[in-house]
Amino acid sequence: MHPRAEMEDPLIWLEEMARRVRERILRLAVGGGCFVGSALSCADLLVYLYARFLNVTRDNLDDPARDYLFLSKGHAVPALYATLVEVGLLPAERLENHLQPDDSIYWHPNRSLPGVEFHAGSLGHLLPVAVGVALDCKMRRGRNRVVVVTGDGELNEGSNWEACLTAAAHRLDNLIVVVDRNHFQANLRTEALIPLEPLDLKFEAFGCRTIRVNGHSFAELDRAFASLPLSFGRPSVVIADTVRGQGVPGFQERADRWFVKLTAREAEELIAELREGGR
Amino acid sequence: MMGEPLTYEKALAEIVLADERYVVLTAENRAAIRELPARLGERFVDVGIAEQTLVGVAAGLALRGRTPIVHALATFLTMRAFEFVRTDAGLANLPVKLVGGVPGFLSEANGPTHQALEDVALMRSIPHMQVFCPADELDLVLGLPVVLSSPHPTYIRHNPLQAVVEHSRTCKIGKAEVFAQGYDVTILTYGALFGQAYQARNLLQAEGILTRLVNLRWLKPVDEAEILRAARQTCLLVTLEDHFLTGGLYTLVGEILLRHQMMACVLPLALEERWFQPALLDDVLEREGLTGPQIAGRILDVMRGM
Repeated sequence: MHPRAEMEDPLIWLEEMARRVRERILRLAVGGGCFVGSALSCADLLVYLYARFLNVTRDNLDDPARDYLFLSKGHAVPALYATLVEVGLLPAERLENHLQPDDSIYWHPNRSLPGVEFHAGSLGHLLPVAVGVALDCKMRRGRNRVVVVTGDGELNEGSNWEACLTAAAHRLDNLIVVVDRNHFQANLRTEALIPLEPLDLKFEAFGCRTIRVNGHSFAELDRAFASLPLSFGRPSVVIADTVRGQGVPGFQERADRWFVKLTAREAEELIAELREGGR
Repeated sequence: MMGEPLTYEKALAEIVLADERYVVLTAENRAAIRELPARLGERFVDVGIAEQTLVGVAAGLALRGRTPIVHALATFLTMRAFEFVRTDAGLANLPVKLVGGVPGFLSEANGPTHQALEDVALMRSIPHMQVFCPADELDLVLGLPVVLSSPHPTYIRHNPLQAVVEHSRTCKIGKAEVFAQGYDVTILTYGALFGQAYQARNLLQAEGILTRLVNLRWLKPVDEAEILRAARQTCLLVTLEDHFLTGGLYTLVGEILLRHQMMACVLPLALEERWFQPALLDDVLEREGLTGPQIAGRILDVMRGM
């Protein structure tokens, strides 16, 4: 845990960090654009995980005992870039190179960046990869926690469910799947296209244990993550109910605010809105 | 050969039991590794019939410093899991070793669902990926140490056929094994057809046709120098493979000749735009005209017309 979190009210401190992350996401959309809607829905989750839950710091990236976070919904990477900057893993000035051909800060993550564990973009890949990492941690009797953040639309991909079966069979209780349940696919509401509910029962039937939380409430996230693993010998799934575009009223729950391009002026106006309207 | 021949499984066991770095995986295909699970304990991982997860898990293990050796049928490993191979192992250049079972004609009577006839084409298209296609089990065993110690992802066409020759003990990545020198014809081949090629070479030799025989071993990196030498020094190149004509050795030779602006007479022996009629191996070879005597006859026909 970051020492500053001990000193101040940790939840207020997280709220402030999440607001700065959202500002950075909006600024990343200036010019060539990025997947703003998706990034805003998981911004609080990534802030919570990096700032409060995971044992991952700039100094321990080479330590085999550290924790891992795999962002499987790779297009939400603006939230990851911004969070990695906030926790000191990625230098802030790198964000100025967004979409520049001389750097590798593009629309999906790649592991040449400090703090990015693996490239993503093709959905349904990182849960299987994380199962491999969790399996190795178990083999080495490590106490590492391996977190995978998936989208909900992403759960259409069968490889996620294969990986759950394998994780349950190998009793990987060090594996934590966090579903950014913003109820949207790229274009439509999940329940209008491929209904996922009851999602908790699906994961339970595949051998996992689940808990459902408000993915924008740090207090709820705190309680949920303190209770992990939910069951010894089983993977835990945190279904985090979120809102696409959270924090920016004009973007919330709008299918057409998934990939967004902004002018510098629009971004600053939205940031002002963000500062006024809570997070 | 002296004593009991060293099998793939024994050779693999010897290497992996001595080094914690190795993890052996399968998607519930244990044909080539029956005894290994009990001996290897938790460093043997069976993910069930789930090839995509198999490859994803292997990539995860490799991220933690392991060298995973992955077993599944060649078709499912290279096609069902193709994007996982390309994106998780290939793009990250991780030392994931993919052992494809019953490739090409070795699928025998299984039928087209099990006929890996594009595996070389697919695997060699992936940046960083190496492709090793041993002539028989001895060749496989000889190549295993360099395959496993290489830091790159590698596709291995598993081959349990018994060796008909003594192979060169040194197996270097990207180096072909040249069996016989000859200045009339060169047979370029890899994998399960090597034994037939060897027989064909002896028959041609008896007919007075000086035949060079090249066991390529590696399709990527391929021994370009040896192929160019054969193109320069012999009148006819024969590419012999249990693979589709598109994307395999014939294509590779074409690419090499084009790159070096060279012309050559090439007789391609491969499957053109079709699968093969499923049957036991000897019958498949006979029907495809790819037994040793049939290959020799086809080459003689071409030579007579030249």
